[in-house]
Amino acid sequence: MNHSNFNILTIENLSIGYTSKKGNAVIASDIDLTLPKGQLVGLIGINGAGKSTLLRTLSGLQNPLSGKCILEQTPIHNITPEYLARHLSVVLTGQAISKNLSVLELVSLGRQPYTNWLGTLTEADIQVITETLEATDTNHLKDKKCYELSDGQLQRVLIARALAQDTSIMILDEPMTHLDLHHKAAVLKLLTEIAHKQQKLVLFSTHDIELAITHCDQLIVLQDKKAMMNTPKQLIHEGVFDTLFPSKNVKFDSSSGRFLIS
Amino acid sequence: MKTSRSYTIPIIALAIALICCFFANISLGSVAIPFSDVFASLVGGEVTKPTWEFIIQEYRLPKALMAMITGSGLAISGLLMQTLFRNPLAGPFVLGISSGASLGVALFILGGTAFGISSTFAFGKWGLIISAATGSFLVFLMVLGVASRVRDTMALLIIGLMVGSLTSAVVSVLSYFSKAEELQQYIFWSFGSLGDVSWQSIRILLYCFIAGMLLTIASIKPLNALLLGDTYAKTLGVKHSKSRIIIIIATSILAGSITAFAGPIAFIGLAVPHLIRQVISTSNHRILIPAVILGGAILMLICDTIAQVPLSEYTLPINAVTALVGAPVVIWLLVRKKKLLF
Repeated sequence: MNHSNFNILTIENLSIGYTSKKGNAVIASDIDLTLPKGQLVGLIGINGAGKSTLLRTLSGLQNPLSGKCILEQTPIHNITPEYLARHLSVVLTGQAISKNLSVLELVSLGRQPYTNWLGTLTEADIQVITETLEATDTNHLKDKKCYELSDGQLQRVLIARALAQDTSIMILDEPMTHLDLHHKAAVLKLLTEIAHKQQKLVLFSTHDIELAITHCDQLIVLQDKKAMMNTPKQLIHEGVFDTLFPSKNVKFDSSSGRFLIS
Repeated sequence: MKTSRSYTIPIIALAIALICCFFANISLGSVAIPFSDVFASLVGGEVTKPTWEFIIQEYRLPKALMAMITGSGLAISGLLMQTLFRNPLAGPFVLGISSGASLGVALFILGGTAFGISSTFAFGKWGLIISAATGSFLVFLMVLGVASRVRDTMALLIIGLMVGSLTSAVVSVLSYFSKAEELQQYIFWSFGSLGDVSWQSIRILLYCFIAGMLLTIASIKPLNALLLGDTYAKTLGVKHSKSRIIIIIATSILAGSITAFAGPIAFIGLAVPHLIRQVISTSNHRILIPAVILGGAILMLICDTIAQVPLSEYTLPINAVTALVGAPVVIWLLVRKKKLLF
């Protein structure tokens, strides 16, 4: 490992879940992970394993039941929202965003953590927005309204907005759902570029395990209320995917890295 | 938020339209006054007849100002609610905020006899404003409480309806116990009126309007972030609960104080933001807010001009006219655009 690969996000003894009047509903516990800069990290697990809860907790949108997520040196849940917004950006699915926004307006909203009380964009902000539109190949869409976009285009634009936020960490919740294979590949390629070229930590959850195995630098597997992280190769070697799905209907073929339906 | 193009020209056009509507509104009325005299009176020149001078200075000018403040304030509160609830059908009247103000006013005017105190005379105009603003604020908090539990557009609209029925129920109960003159006072208030306002009332309303507008301007940045939804707004560093409260207070002050003076006025809050989006196709509140202020004033001046039925002795209740103008506009937008966007 070279020096740029320092750990930007450290998770210590983290328990995630929900608090209610009846007590705590623990979704996963004893999570210890260190996530380095410049890597594309996939988060996989079956439905209900707690992928979204983990991502929400890491994004500071939800409090952990216990333990800490540490951004560089500071625990995320002690950081002010403004500071966090300059270091961590989020792409979510199924948000009721105003479809009347134009692509340019949407992407420029990513600059909010840096602008003054009126949201005035400086020359530097406009420069970042222009570069972001170029980097995400969305420049030709900039005058379109969000309701005119296809699902694939909208996803790209939402990633562009997070990229314009210029943070060292980008967290995405299922960025490839509802997309066809072509657009899945395009999103994955874009995320890889962002992680490797711009030296950011890109963490995303997905159900496309096969794509994640072939493209991610590291994978976090959420299973049986526990989380483990390693390179895809090592995880295959350890036989993690063989037991990922509880039923006998799906089998993992370690030689091809594919799931087979038996 | 960066917008693709400059919207200076449409905004200037709206400003010019506002000036035209303002002069048209003052020139037209039951008494025909030549435009030269109207203009002379407004700029402080010689007016041919002293009665004309009086009509313009003491009746038409305050009424026109009242129309502008009312239209702008309601339109802005509609815009704020559409963004806050991310719901194109939100507006002070639809969500029951105006009904909440009516409820406050009903308790204030009619409740006096029921509770054995003559509140109307004890507290005067400020009492009316405070009761209307409190009523709208409480209903707003209730609507907001439901909105955070139920992520359903219909539920919000049903709450608005329920508050409306609750208001009329309370009014009928109170009217049993109240004096005829108080009931009459309430009924006339509920028709809505822009006329018969003293310069002092306008000054009080103007303070509330300015307070509401300052809070609105201070909320421009969080309002833009809220276009992405609550969760995204939080990840952009918006202090969510604080901004939400400021927006709610701004809306309650605007809708409450205006309803206190002008009565419940329908559709302006709902229709104006949508009409403006037809002209100015941006979601940036920095551009939308001045445009909606101008648009609200224009539409209200037009409605008021229609209400006074030029050159006749009749005056229609203003809230009937805004509904007659506003409802078809909303239906037309729905049919033409298939779906309303906020």
